[in-house]
Amino acid sequence: MTYLAKPKLHHPDLPANALGFTRRDYEGAISTLCAGCGHDSISAAIIQACWELAIEPHKVAKLSGIGCSSKTPTYFLEKSHGFNSVHGRMPSVLTGANLANRDLIYLGVSGDGDSASIGLGQFAHVMRRGVNMTYIVENNGVYGLTKGQFSATADRGSKSKRGAVNTDEGIDLAILALQLGATYVGRSFSGDKAQLVPLIKGALTHPGAAFIDVISPCVAFNNHDGSTRSYDYVRSHNEAVNRLDVITVHKEITTEYAPGAVQEVRQHDGSVLRLRKLADDYDSSSRIAAMSYVQGRYAHGEIVTGLLYVEPDATDLHESLGTVARPLNALGEKELCPGSAALEKFNASLR
Amino acid sequence: MEKRLKPTDIGAPGYFHKVVDCQWACPAHTPVPEYIRLIAQGRHADAYMVNWKSNVFPGILGRTCDRPCEPACRRGRVEENQGEKPEPVAICRLKRVAADYKGDIRERLPKAATAKNGKRVACIGGGPASLTVARDLAPLGYAVTVFEADSRAGGMIRTQIPRFRLPESVIDEEVGYILDLDVDFRPNHRVESLKELLGHGYDAVFVGSGAPRGRDLAIPGREEASKAIHVGIEWLASVSFGHVTKVGKRVIVLGGGNTAMDCCRSARRLGGEDVKVIVRSGYEEMKASPWEKEDAVHEGIPIINYRVPKAFTHEGGRLTGMSFEVVKAVYDESGRRSLVPTGEPDEHYPCDEVLVAVGQENAFPWIERDIGLEFDKWGMPVLDESTLQSTLPGVFFGGDAALGPKNIIWAVAHGHEAAISIDRHCRGEEVAVRPPPHMNLVSQKMGIHEWIYDNQVVPDARHRVPLKELTIALKDIRQEVELGFDPELAWKEAQRCLNCDVQTVFTAKLCIECDACVDICPMDCITFTEDGEEAEVRARLSAPARNPSQDLYVGAGLKTGRIMAKDEDVCLHCGMCAERCPTGAWDMQKSFIEMTHAGPGCRDAAARKAA
Ligand SMILES: Cc1cc2nc3c(=O)[nH]c(=O)nc-3n(C[C@H](O)[C@H](O)[C@H](O)COP(=O)(O)OP(=O)(O)OC[C@H]3O[C@@H](n4cnc5c(N)ncnc54)[C@H](O)[C@@H]3O)c2cc1C
Ligand SMILES: Cc1ncc(C[n+]2csc(CCOP(=O)(O)OP(=O)(O)O)c2C)c(N)n1
Ligand code: SF4
Ligand code: SF4
Ligand code: SF4
Ligand SMILES: [Mg+2]
Repeated sequence: MTYLAKPKLHHPDLPANALGFTRRDYEGAISTLCAGCGHDSISAAIIQACWELAIEPHKVAKLSGIGCSSKTPTYFLEKSHGFNSVHGRMPSVLTGANLANRDLIYLGVSGDGDSASIGLGQFAHVMRRGVNMTYIVENNGVYGLTKGQFSATADRGSKSKRGAVNTDEGIDLAILALQLGATYVGRSFSGDKAQLVPLIKGALTHPGAAFIDVISPCVAFNNHDGSTRSYDYVRSHNEAVNRLDVITVHKEITTEYAPGAVQEVRQHDGSVLRLRKLADDYDSSSRIAAMSYVQGRYAHGEIVTGLLYVEPDATDLHESLGTVARPLNALGEKELCPGSAALEKFNASLR
Repeated sequence: MEKRLKPTDIGAPGYFHKVVDCQWACPAHTPVPEYIRLIAQGRHADAYMVNWKSNVFPGILGRTCDRPCEPACRRGRVEENQGEKPEPVAICRLKRVAADYKGDIRERLPKAATAKNGKRVACIGGGPASLTVARDLAPLGYAVTVFEADSRAGGMIRTQIPRFRLPESVIDEEVGYILDLDVDFRPNHRVESLKELLGHGYDAVFVGSGAPRGRDLAIPGREEASKAIHVGIEWLASVSFGHVTKVGKRVIVLGGGNTAMDCCRSARRLGGEDVKVIVRSGYEEMKASPWEKEDAVHEGIPIINYRVPKAFTHEGGRLTGMSFEVVKAVYDESGRRSLVPTGEPDEHYPCDEVLVAVGQENAFPWIERDIGLEFDKWGMPVLDESTLQSTLPGVFFGGDAALGPKNIIWAVAHGHEAAISIDRHCRGEEVAVRPPPHMNLVSQKMGIHEWIYDNQVVPDARHRVPLKELTIALKDIRQEVELGFDPELAWKEAQRCLNCDVQTVFTAKLCIECDACVDICPMDCITFTEDGEEAEVRARLSAPARNPSQDLYVGAGLKTGRIMAKDEDVCLHCGMCAERCPTGAWDMQKSFIEMTHAGPGCRDAAARKAA
């Protein structure tokens, strides 16, 4: 815990992005999480990603549930909109907000308890509906905020800090998201920003439901021997399948790669996701292949990380519903209540 | 083989010292942040004693020091590209606060030695260099005799520096502390022959005779108008002694150094109404410290640059003015500057008096060239730069006499070094062996986020020292212009100090590589990265380390095989890294570094044990 605010002074050479902001302009209040918590690194990665993409902070809505992870939106993007919902209910609030104003970038931040335990139902439906969002789970395998009980993502057989063995099967949220139709699914580790920052950038530019499972050690309750979410365990069992570069519209593509080593995915907005393969046999364009690869490696004790799956022609909930392009919250009473004649016409169409 | 960075040895003398930029830059290595903290705590006497031990003349230096510490101060670097103009902590003026508010500290000074050690040392000249030698050696039992040509001790501090910058009472006090140590001071005693002096059997002789000769300007008209033309340092001495009390209405001062600034400001106070400084070089390249130039301009003195003096004009033996050639700076490929005429017609400036402040020289007419003491082709004594020993083993030099005109703090630093040399020489120990500085490290941790030091970084810009109103200041040459900080303002300025002596200390084996320190560091100092060759590693840090004069702190032995590289350059010493570190791999530890002076600490181990 820190009482003092982080000094405002920054490195004299700190660069500014296209908007003239430095990375420090995307920070929030100083964290009150335990020193060394993986969640703080994820906050730093979100800050870096938003700065690199030159996102206008007031164009972002950050939403979360309850938990240490769900507290983190206070620690980044202090100039953005924020909503701290009740436990496990962030997805419904996010869906509602997104329907009301489709012009914002929606960033949902949650924990494994928040999303896989109490909020599993909400998690499933927000993915199914394809809400255009970036959904990040800061996955430490425990309920950090309530002092370290196993969460629903904890691996069967892993040990708690006091030695208890988890006998329940663990939920793999990335597999669930794949199965439920998310169009961008990644997994990463809070201790690997080189991998995490581009994954977040890709998710923020992805025009559909993007999910990232970020393994994030809880230093206070889940960083011991026998844990499968400790810094040491994750480092020694991490199998990255690819490296992502996000190339925004304006940048020219120059670097040359050996044929087959690189896969490029052009998104709706013109940005390009460039994947450098680390595992030869990995194919991130197939949902089914992705699920089977991840589960196959898991059976061998490996944690597969990287961009697991991306659908280049993603669509979202607004497209499915056929809503107007203008955000609903920007429509006036006349457009929202077009009068009885219009109602009559609509009813007639259903007869 | 792949080049690897060597893990930093924080025990090496100098590593942490270098991080304390101000202390490293101070020729006498005064523990600056230590005394600034004491001032912030209102412990002015303690702050004074820290200074007195290192630099001998805190009250004098707090008003006049050339302050090499300030351009080195980290605060100036970390404020770059943000906020107002980046400026260092007002280190020098804080020193004055310690002196102004210390109260009576005489009880805390060393006492004259009760038992003498039987060794006799002669110091030639009573300036700061000699006085430092006397202060260091007299309490050890040496019988120190100081020969001074003038009637009072202090050297150029007394004779050159004008009273409106340095009141005489401050000189009397601090010079007095030294002479009171049973130093045999011989006023009005010019040493006319070193050979003769050596005949008196001194165990060692220290030459602290300064650089007493002001350079003249041999251009047409110099002879004819000589009554109204004065060499700057001679004129200032006459002002100081009260022999000169007024000056003509229109005065030209030639030269761009601090002497020129003192001349013009003195002239303003002695009746000069139209006083101008005319200098060959550009304003920016003038030798005078920026603040001296500002002070002169503030007092309504124009500085006219790029004018090369051509002639003094005169009529019937009376000076009428000076003519100058107008030049401009031209730089060749290697960046060397030359001044070339612009072709414009010469300019003439009428005036009543001219003060020539174009440089200062050494002169040793009283040292015979046949006594085994060698001089180089510039007429300077051949010395070992670290021991200050001449080619005549028992004769040492220091201050302006040693390496040419510098300043008070260098004179003090030389004095300390020479005293060590003399102490070792008189004990038959090898003079070339130098004592290492003393250092200790103490953790500042008190609780989870509590430190013994005040780690909050304030955003304040540098606070200005209040000045006496100009109309009053210009009326009397003895009126001190600067009023100094009061304790409240001093406290505020002290808060700007970053506590660079509170070091970030890294223990690799405790680190779990969680990145918490990397994420929190406001200055992007810390990077965990692959090992490599230094220049290449510097380029790929979170914030590239572009200042090669600042070290990289390298920690190795991490589980992932990476290294921890911390760029010391712009670290705020805020302790955020240590606060956010879950394992205590970072700790904030106060380094206290103190130079070893003459005495038991500078002697060979065997001798120390016996003592
Ligand atoms: C106008 C002016 C302003 C200055 N302002 C500053 C300033 O603001 N800050 C700063 O840090 N420095 C300043 N300096 C420089 C500073 O005064 C000197 O660098 C410093 O005093 C050198 O100290 P010293 O002990 O080597 O010699 P000095 O101070 O020069 O003392 C030498 C003494 O030796 C005596 N002496 C010489 N020969 C003999 C002999 N044969 N026998 C007996 N006695 C002898 C001289 O009378 C003199 O008193 C200034 C210099 C000048 C000229
Ligand atoms: C409705 C409700 N039930 C239970 C709780 C208690 N509770 C607070 S946080 C938490 C678990 C949070 O775990 P996770 O989402 O993994 O966050 P972490 O702290 O591990 O980051 C629980 C069960 C609550 N706040 N509200
Ligand atoms: S309890 Fe665990 S999850 Fe919560 S802040 Fe501490 S380390 Fe992070
Ligand atoms: S003390 Fe630590 S956190 Fe603060 S600037 Fe220095 S390295 Fe960074
Ligand atoms: S915060 Fe401490 S443990 Fe974490 S990376 Fe930094 S030094 Fe290592
Ligand atoms: Mg959790």
